[in-house]
Amino acid sequence: MSRFEAMDGNTATAEAMRQINPDVVAAYPITPQTSTVQTFSQFVADGEVDTEFIRVESEHSAMAACIGASSAGGRVMTATAANGLALMWEMVYIAASNRSPIVMPVVNRALSGPINIHCDHSDSMGARDAGWIQLYGENPQEAYDNCLQAVRIAEHEDVLLPVMTMYDGFITSHGLERVQIEDDEAVRDFIGPFKAHEPLLDIDNPVTYGPLDFYDFYMEHKRQQVEGMKHARRVIPEVAADFEKRFGRKYGFFEEHRLDDAELALVVLSSTAGTAKSVVDDLRSRGIKVGLLKPRVFRPFPAQELADALRDKAAIGVMDRSDSFGALGGPLFMELSAACKIHDVPAKIVDYVFGLGGRDTTPDQIESVVRDLADIADTGKIKQLVSYLGVRE
Amino acid sequence: MVDLNAGWRDIPRGGKIVEAGNAREYETGSWRAMRPVVDQEKCINCLQCWVFCPDASIIVENEEMVGFRYEYCKGCGICASICPVDAIEMVSEAEAESEAVGAASGSDRRPAKDE
Repeated sequence: MSRFEAMDGNTATAEAMRQINPDVVAAYPITPQTSTVQTFSQFVADGEVDTEFIRVESEHSAMAACIGASSAGGRVMTATAANGLALMWEMVYIAASNRSPIVMPVVNRALSGPINIHCDHSDSMGARDAGWIQLYGENPQEAYDNCLQAVRIAEHEDVLLPVMTMYDGFITSHGLERVQIEDDEAVRDFIGPFKAHEPLLDIDNPVTYGPLDFYDFYMEHKRQQVEGMKHARRVIPEVAADFEKRFGRKYGFFEEHRLDDAELALVVLSSTAGTAKSVVDDLRSRGIKVGLLKPRVFRPFPAQELADALRDKAAIGVMDRSDSFGALGGPLFMELSAACKIHDVPAKIVDYVFGLGGRDTTPDQIESVVRDLADIADTGKIKQLVSYLGVRE
Repeated sequence: MVDLNAGWRDIPRGGKIVEAGNAREYETGSWRAMRPVVDQEKCINCLQCWVFCPDASIIVENEEMVGFRYEYCKGCGICASICPVDAIEMVSEAEAESEAVGAASGSDRRPAKDE
């Protein structure tokens, strides 16, 4: 039987890891991920899982050990945040290039400096070209659900790519909410047994991992990674459909909230979408036709589906919890703008960078975004392409 | 060995090499600047060159050193350095090619699969 518990995102993620029961977890503690791995290591110490837990001296070693264990033929997980993700950078790319289906919760935190431990998306957004599938969750329930689905997505024969599952540091990682934890057996049944692909420990079929790969084959291997991502676009909804059938919670590339008949649209990731939904409901009660789109899958980027969902809107306000300094705007804004251009969405699009380093984002601020969108829809003119929400002038 | 013209659909994913023992297929001697040449008159067949060669470029037949596998020799010169009787000399590759030095002292044949 499933059970309801009051859990923060890290505890819910540790529960997911306990149920997944990976062969190997190699991890290093970093705020705000620490309690995920701390809780999981208690499961290891108590014999509740069969996992070989490798205590490493850095995140670079954590990911290196994960790649080794994955190549050997194990189901492998780790978890990290911010500077920890930055320290494992070299290995993050190699995990994807080696086609190691590692699952890694990333608890979103500002990437220094100056030093900061609170939430923004600069850590995982920096890794958007690393070749990993990226899922973003709004709350502890989604952190748990995404973690379980990530295993199926990563290990799919046609995908074989690592998956990072994000949730907001402190807001979600340390905020208690009601979480439905599914039955252990039901989860294991959903995930299924691990099937290794050309593992190093298959001594009857020797294989070499990570050889030198020059101009004669490197480009073909990159093209294969693109194909893995293409397959992921098919597999992610398949896995979500099976998840919904078994557990009743529905997932897609993104979530829509009162978007169908909306003229104005907010697009925002993760926990802030929760605040924005209540703002949308409030404005709707005052007759303003606004809706919300919360992306869940950022890699592969569901450009066509996003464009179709936003096609008939008059104005779109993207909210980016990270910036891309010197670029047109934040990463979500840039990719969504490109998707809308390519798929002929006529809507005006503007960007709001918000919440950097854990800065609070209030309902009033989100309402001000919608007021701007209404003005753009009325006049057809954009006064400010990229704004910084709540920054002191 | 995988076909050098194979497309991305036809090669193992992730750069994995799923065929064991294929190093012999990969000729690594093409970028040598200096090549070893042995003087068989001086050679005492102690086979230290065979022991110390970082690749497998010393050809030994009937317990005698008979030459070099130039298709794998990178010209590092360890064999010349270790030779106790100075029987091996490193000569310029360009010079060797123009004068066909080495052809007299070694073999350019590709080793058989089962060698």
